[in-house]
Amino acid sequence: MKIRDLWTEALAGLLARPVRAALTTLGTVLGITTLVVTLGVAATAGNQIVGRFDELVATAVTVEVPEQKNAPLVSWDAVSRVTRLRGVTSAAAVAETKDSANLSVRSNDLIDPTRVTAQTLSVLASTTDLPQAARGRMVSGRFFDAGHVRRQDRVAVIGDRAAKLLGVGSLKRAPAIFIGKHAYTVIGILGELRRERNLSMAVMIPPSTGRQFGLRDVTRVLINTSLGAADLVSRQAPTALSPGNQDLLQVIAPPSPIRARDKAQDDVNALFLILGLVSLVVGAVGIANVTLVTVMERVSEIGLRRSLGAARRHIAAQFLLESTLTGLTGGVIGASLGVVTVVAVSAAKQWTPLLDVRLALAAPLAGAVVGLLAGLYPALRAARMEPVDALR
Amino acid sequence: MPEPVIELELVSKEFPADPPVLAIDEISIDVRQGDYLAIVGPSGSGKSTLLNVLGLLDRPTSGSYRLDGTETTALRDGARTRLRGDRIGFVFQSFHLLAHRSVVENVMLAEVYGAHPRKNRRERALEALDRVGLSHRTGFTPDRLSGGERQRAAIARALMGGPSLLLCDEPTGNLDSRNTGAVLALFDDLRAQGLTIVVITHENEVSRRAGRRVRITDGVLSEDS
Repeated sequence: MKIRDLWTEALAGLLARPVRAALTTLGTVLGITTLVVTLGVAATAGNQIVGRFDELVATAVTVEVPEQKNAPLVSWDAVSRVTRLRGVTSAAAVAETKDSANLSVRSNDLIDPTRVTAQTLSVLASTTDLPQAARGRMVSGRFFDAGHVRRQDRVAVIGDRAAKLLGVGSLKRAPAIFIGKHAYTVIGILGELRRERNLSMAVMIPPSTGRQFGLRDVTRVLINTSLGAADLVSRQAPTALSPGNQDLLQVIAPPSPIRARDKAQDDVNALFLILGLVSLVVGAVGIANVTLVTVMERVSEIGLRRSLGAARRHIAAQFLLESTLTGLTGGVIGASLGVVTVVAVSAAKQWTPLLDVRLALAAPLAGAVVGLLAGLYPALRAARMEPVDALR
Repeated sequence: MPEPVIELELVSKEFPADPPVLAIDEISIDVRQGDYLAIVGPSGSGKSTLLNVLGLLDRPTSGSYRLDGTETTALRDGARTRLRGDRIGFVFQSFHLLAHRSVVENVMLAEVYGAHPRKNRRERALEALDRVGLSHRTGFTPDRLSGGERQRAAIARALMGGPSLLLCDEPTGNLDSRNTGAVLALFDDLRAQGLTIVVITHENEVSRRAGRRVRITDGVLSEDS
């Protein structure tokens, strides 16, 4: 028997009962669709989680500087030292002490014993790049610049929540706040912070004026890196900041993004994979059932073919090819539906659809394998039939 | 003298049961090329068992059966299947046409198995249909044919590949008298063309048309005068 003849006979056998063939295919279609959708959506969703993770954390490096009694470990020119490193996009040096974290701040000089007029806020000194380093935005006004620092201007920038607590709304009339007994002019409100969110409850002043609150030395350096550079920057930054004392600095580096991604996806994938496989097994059982029924219905056809010279292997091959084609068709339709669904779900959720192209190609193949396996037993039953019995 | 196509020598077939059933008992018969043999007998006489043995669909329990000079009883399954496909054309009482295929496709099916070339298969099938007078029905599906036409389509299929033996099992059993006449006329034509025909029947009209008749009763064969 020639391959083309086998192909023609199997195809004709399938198309002889188109409705049944379609219904049989449905099982595999559902199985493969579920598999592709679950894997596709899992990968897309997993990527989404990791994507946010990447953006917020994977590029943030923090260097903690322990207090030293003698000379400071990191000087205020820290920013220029680290921005020289390849992969650093922005940086800021901050001074904050335990005492400065709980200072009484008021928006006027009046002391009203009947009301609580003072707020306990954190006061910190920082370099001029803090808005970028904290990934925030000046909601109002401006951040202090090198001029303010050099002139030791008594200016302050306050976080947006601190501004609300203090009742500072408009900056047009240059409102003042009182940190303890010292008056400072508020020149800006910093908000929409995506890093160092506690700055929204803080008062930021230039380092040159911070000495009166004990904010002399840099206690923390915030560094932002480009994606993928965090690991290298976190290893190089201590040396750049404090050559010779790099071991004393503590670097808080983001977790490896690759590991985070793998772990998140592994968890999601394992669950969905089981779901998809269960659907596929259900599809396979469907094909096996229908093929078996078909074999029983086509007993006389099997007898005829045997009388025409068909060997057992020819009969087995035809039924196997029929079930494999059923599976393959289900796989192709299922993979297509699956891909469309993944794209649709991604569009609805405004995600970037992520689908391994190998999965889209392997899905029809998996359908074919399912069909082949499901057809094994019925094909064997058909091949085993004695022509005399089949023709009776 | 024409070459023998069928040589049966003391062929018996016993079915395992309690007690065992001897369906055919030491049958010996020769059928030569161009013979038109009718095997007649009542139901349960062993006619179908004999047909199955002759058609290589079943093995005899004992005895020797040579088809076109080839001893078949010792052949393996594959070799018997090939021999069956190459040398024997079957005609069944219930036609056994595939319902969803056209007449010409049903006829072409006879050359799907075995070593027949694909090339010109359709032409050969159309030729076979022409021989049985069905050229005008080649594209029809069997459900649109009359009983006689169906049987003629089945005969055309049996003629494909040039068999040495046409083995017919009650070929007119499902036909009315007009269609029976047409099929029997066709057998006459085929025999005139030199084809060997063995017909199993219980109908007198069919057996009368055959050149030679044998009777089988309780598994024992006897020449019918």
